[in-house]
Amino acid sequence: MQEQFNEIFIRYHEIITLGVYGTSIALILIGLYAVLIKKNLVKIVIGLTIMDAGIHLLFVGIGYIQGGTAPIFSPGYENAADRMVDPVPQALVLTAIIIGFAITAVALSLIIRLYKHHNTAKIDQIKFLKW
Amino acid sequence: MKKVLVIILLITIGYFLVETFVDIPFGENRIGNIDANNNTVAGYYLSNTIEKTKVANVITAIVVNYRGLDTLGEVTVLFLASTGLASILYRRKEEEEDVERLNLPSSRLMRTGIRVLFPTIVLLGIYVFIHGHLTPGGGFQGGTIVATGFLLMLITYKGFNTNHNRMAWIESLAGLSFVGIGIWGLLSGNTFLENSSEVGVLNSLISGGLIPVIYIVVGLKVAVELTGILDILLKIKPKK
Amino acid sequence: MIFIILLILMAVVLLAAAIYSVIHRDLLFAVMGTGIVSVILSLFFYILQAPDVALTEAAIGIALTTIIFIITIRNTSRDEDEIIDKENESL
Repeated sequence: MQEQFNEIFIRYHEIITLGVYGTSIALILIGLYAVLIKKNLVKIVIGLTIMDAGIHLLFVGIGYIQGGTAPIFSPGYENAADRMVDPVPQALVLTAIIIGFAITAVALSLIIRLYKHHNTAKIDQIKFLKW
Repeated sequence: MKKVLVIILLITIGYFLVETFVDIPFGENRIGNIDANNNTVAGYYLSNTIEKTKVANVITAIVVNYRGLDTLGEVTVLFLASTGLASILYRRKEEEEDVERLNLPSSRLMRTGIRVLFPTIVLLGIYVFIHGHLTPGGGFQGGTIVATGFLLMLITYKGFNTNHNRMAWIESLAGLSFVGIGIWGLLSGNTFLENSSEVGVLNSLISGGLIPVIYIVVGLKVAVELTGILDILLKIKPKK
Repeated sequence: MIFIILLILMAVVLLAAAIYSVIHRDLLFAVMGTGIVSVILSLFFYILQAPDVALTEAAIGIALTTIIFIITIRNTSRDEDEIIDKENESL
């Protein structure tokens, strides 16, 4: 698979650049649309999750080097340090995925509590209930 | 009206993002040659991992050794999320004596299958976070796999209860030992969380000094925390 | 040649699942759309030579995020535009 990806890469360089970055930017914009327009609180949290996915793909996509391999020194490959992809964005994304999950869990527990109190989960009906 | 404004905003943000990232070509080698006069951060990490830490997985060496303080912060964030969730969904003990979980009857296929799957999944999770410095994996991945095994048991069997007292003890001891390893590095003359013991050869199970110990501690803590979160969430009574 | 067709197909399915999970009205199907986004994203991470990140995204995004969303939907409403009648609507 590595050799096929390399020769495709050399021929269609522009399209692949636009494709990878374009997919992740489209995911960010779809998530941002859901956060700004939708009225249901669970839909807003779904939009946040999709935005997180787009940002993580953008980070890992920046760190890719053509012809590179995974940054693990397997037995027999101890001198392969000049053929590895960039390991720094991968370490950042590892932390970011877990923190994104922690934020989702706390936000959803707040929504459950809010539903028990106001009996609705839409943000334009919480203002007009009797208090 | 609001939709039109939002779409104009999204198109503007999208245009500026695309214009920024077109200047960063995909797949260009920005590290350079890995030799003595390489002045990038990634070049330093890639060329000095084997000599200084003797760990095969570069990502593990970055997350635990070079950026160990960020891992301590991340474990703190997970602990705060678990505590916050437990205190938001708090229920007093005097309201109901017997809090029952999601009581859907489970089929015979699930009950027979989970009895075989549960020890296998827990064993896989423990393997992943013990061998985090040799193969892809580590503390967070292994802890999540163990929590998934416990989730399957919680859904299937109604009599399976997790002991919250014991889980609190394991979590506290794991967190204390992480900070204790850091303070031990401070007391023995080096910096905080310094990897000061030089044991073992490359690509064997006992290698890398304190790095596998830290990952085992982190893996246990993450597994216990995520099981606690799922147990609290499954015990809420829906208001119908 | 087949490889690039598969890559384009994966990107199209990713965007289609994301748009479906934002637009659809039944919240349970929207959560399944998020799960599909996580699965294809994990495969993309493996193709970009990042196995640690692929493992983490597969373990957290597929199993835990979906189950937390389903428990929340069970305790709130399943339909997105649920209207409940109140006594004092003219406030």
